[in-house]
Amino acid sequence: MSVVFWKELADHFSSRRFMILLVLIVLIGLWATYASGQAIRQDTENSPAQYVFLLLLTSNTDVLFSLATFLGFFGPLVGITLGFDSISGEYARGTLSRVLSQPIYRDSLINGKFFAGLTTVAILWGSILILVIGLGTTLLGFPPNAEEIWRMLIFTAVGVIYVGFWLALAMLFSLVFQKTVTAALASLAVWLFMSLFIAILSQGIAAAIVPDPSTAEQLAHRADIENIVSRISPSTLFSESVSILLNPAARVFGLALQSQAEGILPTPLALGQSLNLIWPHITTLFALVAVCFGISYIIFMRAEIRA
Amino acid sequence: MSAVVETHSLTKRYHDKLAVNALSLTIQEGEVFGFLGPNGAGKTTTILMLLGLTEPTSGHVSVCGFDPARQPLDVKRRVGYLPENPGFYEDLSARENLLYMARLNRIPDSEARRRTTEVLEQVGLSDDGQRLVREFSRGMKQRLGIAEVLVKNPLAVILDEPTLGIDPDGAIHILELIKSLNRERNLTVMLSSHQLQQVQEICSRVGIIVKGRLIVQGRMDELGRAILKERQWNFLLEVGGAADGLENDLRTIEGIDEIEKRSHGLFLRCTKDVRSDVVSLLARRSLPLLQLRSEDPTLEEIYLKYFRGA
Repeated sequence: MSVVFWKELADHFSSRRFMILLVLIVLIGLWATYASGQAIRQDTENSPAQYVFLLLLTSNTDVLFSLATFLGFFGPLVGITLGFDSISGEYARGTLSRVLSQPIYRDSLINGKFFAGLTTVAILWGSILILVIGLGTTLLGFPPNAEEIWRMLIFTAVGVIYVGFWLALAMLFSLVFQKTVTAALASLAVWLFMSLFIAILSQGIAAAIVPDPSTAEQLAHRADIENIVSRISPSTLFSESVSILLNPAARVFGLALQSQAEGILPTPLALGQSLNLIWPHITTLFALVAVCFGISYIIFMRAEIRA
Repeated sequence: MSAVVETHSLTKRYHDKLAVNALSLTIQEGEVFGFLGPNGAGKTTTILMLLGLTEPTSGHVSVCGFDPARQPLDVKRRVGYLPENPGFYEDLSARENLLYMARLNRIPDSEARRRTTEVLEQVGLSDDGQRLVREFSRGMKQRLGIAEVLVKNPLAVILDEPTLGIDPDGAIHILELIKSLNRERNLTVMLSSHQLQQVQEICSRVGIIVKGRLIVQGRMDELGRAILKERQWNFLLEVGGAADGLENDLRTIEGIDEIEKRSHGLFLRCTKDVRSDVVSLLARRSLPLLQLRSEDPTLEEIYLKYFRGA
């Protein structure tokens, strides 16, 4: 597997595709951080928040979207870009049958490709964070504290799993369709559905179950249904995890009734407590990756390899 | 001598189509076996089953003593496979492509470097090793494919249509290369082709497959006999000068069955070798002999006969 891994990693890093992604992400990362950093600096009325660095990632003052939102939206594209031609490309070039007639197990090929893609994502994500920390320190004049660094690291890990899902999905499609273009389009279709249309779908379902909410309880019920349905989408899982992870003050997803919110102290949660809240999300993301990968395995192990 | 490839009533079925039908085949060590058949006869499917790249529906396969479906790695360590239209990583140089394959075979790096140089030289690409594969012509790619098959130092190689789409000169080069590898390394070669005229010279034995069935296998001369039951003596005779009455004189020779006029001379269908009698007849009549050619059925004819018969 390691042979395939290193070859694929080298391929990723020398490909033009990767260069484009890198430039794009670095530029947007710098811009978003700089804009929110300036906004924080100029905000002289309020004393600086406790977790300024996390604010750099999540604040969307002066920018259209925060860096975290951007990564949530753009991350899938990175995964799809790295994965959509992994198997179909080998089919198209006629290299698959040559590689598989070497004494390697078939799974080492997809494992190697998957982990090479995942490593590439981790490196990309890590470099953005380092950029943010560097730029943030210059802008704000002090370094992040330990808790912030931990939260950013976990944010990276969750992000890599999230992008890993899209990578696994793109690889699955590239295996199923064997045509690069079809695989890319199918992945993009799923991505569009999961990131845009899922909101419409969840609203529709919630409205069908609770037609016209009049009491607060009914409203909350409807919001709950909406939340649950939209959690089919890995994008929702990711953005909810991030909203808790990068905002220590957050302690609920979506709406909370007044009665539920009563008595909550407006103090930040400890890292462990935030993690507790999003643990199911992380597990589900992980499971989704495993499912995609498992299906790829089953198909690929028995597939006939004709050049 | 031991069997390198052995199949026994090997069958592959795709839905309701039988791609390979009860194929029994043996290839001995050190042979060059020509696996011949028209397009879509099941040649590639058979090869894929030999390598464990697809599973047989039924039947038994053994390659180098291993079952490719159960012990694919043991087979692949020993057998090199060159697919039809081999593809390469176009952004890598020829040498890098070979090194990648060597690494997949777990050949240590220093050894791999030495071997790539060696095989590149063997296939005549030593000057092009550093070039990107995308700049290669078809013939060069095919030779690179053979080089790659040799990197792992195989016991046997399976080549799927090695001369497909290559100009005649290039094809001869490749076939000569295969032949010399067979001689020098005692490499067992199985090559599939539909251009039997091209490959017949280098094959020590051939098998002809039509519509998934192996119709016949054996040495070339045996094949001819098997098909035509007995050797036929057919000659083409062309003489110069006035040849009046030659036909009648020829008829007196024992063994000439039929005489047919062709555009250039006469076609003699005989029951035995009559060449010396014909030559002495011409000498007696002092007619200049332009040509007397044996018109044995070529493999091409045999092959066509099978195709039509099937």
